Amino acid sequence: MTSYLESSARMRVNALLDANTFTEFLPPSKRVTSPHLAVLNTPVSFDDGVVIGEGKLRGKSVMIASQEGAFMGGAVGEVHGAKLVGLLKRAAQDRAYAVLLLLETGGVRLHEANAGLIAVSEVMRALLDSRAAGIPVVVLIGGSNGCFGGMGIVARCANAIVMSEEGRLAMSGPEVIETANGVEEFDSRDRALVWRTTGGKHRYLQGDCDKVVSDDINAFRNAAVDAIETCYKVQISLTLSALLDEQQMLEQRISQFGTETEPLNIWARLGVPDPAAVSMMEAESFMQMATTATRPTRSAS
Amino acid sequence: METLNFRFENGCRNIGPQAQLAGVVSSGNLEILIESTALNGACEVVVNTSAAGFGVTWRAVVTDFNLRWQLRDARLAINDMGATPAVVSLRLDQAAESVTQPPAKSEASV
Repeated sequence: MTSYLESSARMRVNALLDANTFTEFLPPSKRVTSPHLAVLNTPVSFDDGVVIGEGKLRGKSVMIASQEGAFMGGAVGEVHGAKLVGLLKRAAQDRAYAVLLLLETGGVRLHEANAGLIAVSEVMRALLDSRAAGIPVVVLIGGSNGCFGGMGIVARCANAIVMSEEGRLAMSGPEVIETANGVEEFDSRDRALVWRTTGGKHRYLQGDCDKVVSDDINAFRNAAVDAIETCYKVQISLTLSALLDEQQMLEQRISQFGTETEPLNIWARLGVPDPAAVSMMEAESFMQMATTATRPTRSAS
Repeated sequence: METLNFRFENGCRNIGPQAQLAGVVSSGNLEILIESTALNGACEVVVNTSAAGFGVTWRAVVTDFNLRWQLRDARLAINDMGATPAVVSLRLDQAAESVTQPPAKSEASV
């Protein structure tokens, strides 16, 4: 077993794909680095914090991107974003079987300001174009930095999301909420609270992700294979009716739970028999238990 | 940022043709890109570091590395974010190992 959480972006790509099938696009030796960081007197990285390329997943050709959370929190700068966009366009052009996005990111790289913001919006557009071309996009989240900000939105634009319990997914991160609204609103140092509100299990019970797996690259690999197969059985492109369904689900969710301040209460109301026991459950028994809960369904498949 | 250049002549150990990357640019860490290139038998090290003023320390660490490995026709490019000498030595050894023997399972070819 190899921990997904503890692996680097490069290790994840190599362990996730079939052995020795990965070919990197714009590898570090090409030195496509951030022009903005250099101006700001900040160290650059030879891959700008994201590994992109193609390889095989169970023998099928996939495009894959993996963000390095250790470099600037996986934040998306101009080059980083352009690499993601290029990969998604290449997937549509080459008729890849699927795109895998291994996201670990705080969102926009604020050092690069507008260039980073534009980059994230271009990633969203490219992701939806890929889906429109019939190429499913599957997001994997299990790094220690989670998936936040604009990239949290990108994740929810994908066909499917696979998370580990350690993974986190949200818009504003805990420290952003605390800074903006005060510690009474949200204590970012309360780790249990942070994971109860943004972690994989809560995301699953809320209908925001499609599967929770253990912190094991092989478990992510198997779940990615299953998720892609499921995509091909349903609708890959995003349709208007799927969007309307999603909107309805979100409206219903906020009217149902909008006043709740404690995830444990939400879980109880969803029919989880023993909410207090959830945090200690292994991924497999959690998934089994969750079948008894009535989670909001994610209709935008 | 400070850029430091080092060159050591007359290396004796050849390296593989495939460029390799060791480490990640994060606080107290660094990345090293090692590539095979014709340098008339020399080993060159280019350091880009966020911690200015440590040229003497870098010279000592890199000279020590060269004594251990004596690579020839090798260029190492370093992006550093304040790594300590011990971490730098470790990454230098990882980079050298990745091009002088079959790469470990987890190492990517770049």
